[in-house]
Amino acid sequence: MNNPHLPMLASVVDRIQETPSIFTLKLRLKNNKAFQFEPGQFNMLYLYGVGEVPISIVSDPEQNDVISHTIRTVGRVTNGLSQLNTGDQLGLRGPFGRGWPIVESHKKDIVIVTGGLGCAPVVSVIHYILNRQPDFGRLIIFQGVKHSDDLIWNKQYQQWSSLPNVEVRIAASQSTSKSWPWYSGHVTNMIKDFSYDESNTIAMMCGPEPMMFAAVESLKKENIREESIWLSMERNMQCAIGHCGHCQFGSHFICKQGAVFPYSEVSDFFGKRGL
Amino acid sequence: MSAQILKKSDFDQLIKALQNAGYDVYGPQVKDGAIVFDLLESASQLPQNYSDEQQPGHYHLIKTQNHQQNSRWFSWANTAQGIKPFVFSPTETLWSVKKMRSGEISFDDTQISEKPKAIIGVRNCDLAALDLQDQHFLKQTHVDPYYKTRRQNLLLVAVNCTHPAQTCFCQSTGDGPIVQSRFDLVLDELDAGFVIKAGSNMGEKLLNTLPLTMASHFQQTQLRKQHDEVKNIKMPSLPAINIKHALKKSFDNHYWETVAQHCLACGNCTSVCPTCFCYSEQDKTELDGSSSTHIRQWDSCFNSSHSYIHGIVVRSETKFRYRQWLTHKFSGWFDQYGRSGCVGCGRCTTWCPVGIDVINSIKNVCEVSDE
Repeated sequence: MNNPHLPMLASVVDRIQETPSIFTLKLRLKNNKAFQFEPGQFNMLYLYGVGEVPISIVSDPEQNDVISHTIRTVGRVTNGLSQLNTGDQLGLRGPFGRGWPIVESHKKDIVIVTGGLGCAPVVSVIHYILNRQPDFGRLIIFQGVKHSDDLIWNKQYQQWSSLPNVEVRIAASQSTSKSWPWYSGHVTNMIKDFSYDESNTIAMMCGPEPMMFAAVESLKKENIREESIWLSMERNMQCAIGHCGHCQFGSHFICKQGAVFPYSEVSDFFGKRGL
Repeated sequence: MSAQILKKSDFDQLIKALQNAGYDVYGPQVKDGAIVFDLLESASQLPQNYSDEQQPGHYHLIKTQNHQQNSRWFSWANTAQGIKPFVFSPTETLWSVKKMRSGEISFDDTQISEKPKAIIGVRNCDLAALDLQDQHFLKQTHVDPYYKTRRQNLLLVAVNCTHPAQTCFCQSTGDGPIVQSRFDLVLDELDAGFVIKAGSNMGEKLLNTLPLTMASHFQQTQLRKQHDEVKNIKMPSLPAINIKHALKKSFDNHYWETVAQHCLACGNCTSVCPTCFCYSEQDKTELDGSSSTHIRQWDSCFNSSHSYIHGIVVRSETKFRYRQWLTHKFSGWFDQYGRSGCVGCGRCTTWCPVGIDVINSIKNVCEVSDE
């Protein structure tokens, strides 16, 4: 019987240190087994003897022999994963969940709003869009960080902003440096600086829930419909198959119905404390 | 076909028939002052002449003084723990993994190799709850292979309830007290014997091996009377409102604060709830580091770790956890599985150490007055 609990064997083919606490693991399945997924989906990575963690996939689905995960060290498993080197083995289950609305986004303008350190789920969709630029309209990226020193991938943002049809806006809510070239304040304050073709715009966001809540409010003021605003949600995940109950958010199992939701599906619960 | 009777003196034949068919037979027994399912070798182990008294935060067994000729073995409401542990095991090894000297690792699937189990004395609330667990573990995108194996190996001998407890409210959830389906055999206990019926092919086969007699006219009348009596018992009931909708508007209700002043967040309610399905996973590693087993065990939404995510406990206070439990069971469950997640067995109320009555909570949160 097919056992959805049982990990597949994978090995590290490359490891990149992005910042002191963020690293990327490039993985390959045993026997070079091909791996199909959609941007925004996630895998459960298993570290030998320690446990599993849900990590979103950042590589491009067309490159299906190498699967990349950008990981921040926060707990036991991610700390352990950060010690892995090329050739080391680990377990992988996936892909799980609903990804970003790629089909719905065809030929549309895309607004990305993200807060915090290196928001991997949206980085994957940014790459996906840029690699298929004629299939999409304008791309506007809003990246917020708490502190101006927290910004990672600065060069990448600069490179993206130089591309045609791409706008990049970065905000630091606590900026100490006078030379900070970007906006000082909340990232969501910048949303009103653009005008949007509301029937032709899809917003995608991930980050802390209060930030996403504020971003939804700002986007709604720009007449962007709730069904066109997509959020990547996070809760404790252990089984990833909708059984263990930890990721419940209202009546959703985030691992199964999400992790990406249109706002219209979560608006009843979103922003409530302790849900 | 008229009803058939299994004499009380022939009850051991039923146990034997199940054993001969390859089952380990479980039945209700008095252990540590409560009626629980355990391995059953003979009818003499059944809770003969016991009744149970259940109230919020209260469980007590009473030995009745019946004469041997009209002794009753199932004159109590329900077992302290339902049949959930037989299918959704409290702990389960999901898989194991070995590490070679070279650093290479290899995963091994776990195969369950246990004898099939037959349970005697299952109530309709237990069967209704099993149906909900089947929906969760078997009828979604992913099938749980451990649950599936245990479920396929399970034989159910139901006994119709004659003595619902004061905490029972299966009528108002639509789950009892009379058994409707999902059983292999169903019994009705009369003074001199059991009316026995099959509900599956396996049940039919077993019936054919048992020494049965035809029910007398008097016994058939007694059976009907017994069913009517239990159906007419006035049990507590959930308020006749749309609880699902009322709870969806209850997030900021002040009752969550009130109940959290009493609730110990101990998780007793989730442990005895026959439909609660949460489990946590962890690795158990050998001391020498050569292998590790990945296990799961029952978890509770009342544990702080249940909502832990990268350094934050989302449901940081008891009021959030109690709200999660109640709103999931009575509201979210409709969206997930098309009905309420409560079968009215009343165990959460009975086994709550501070006697929080689930119906009372629903009334308070939905702001329904008592009468």
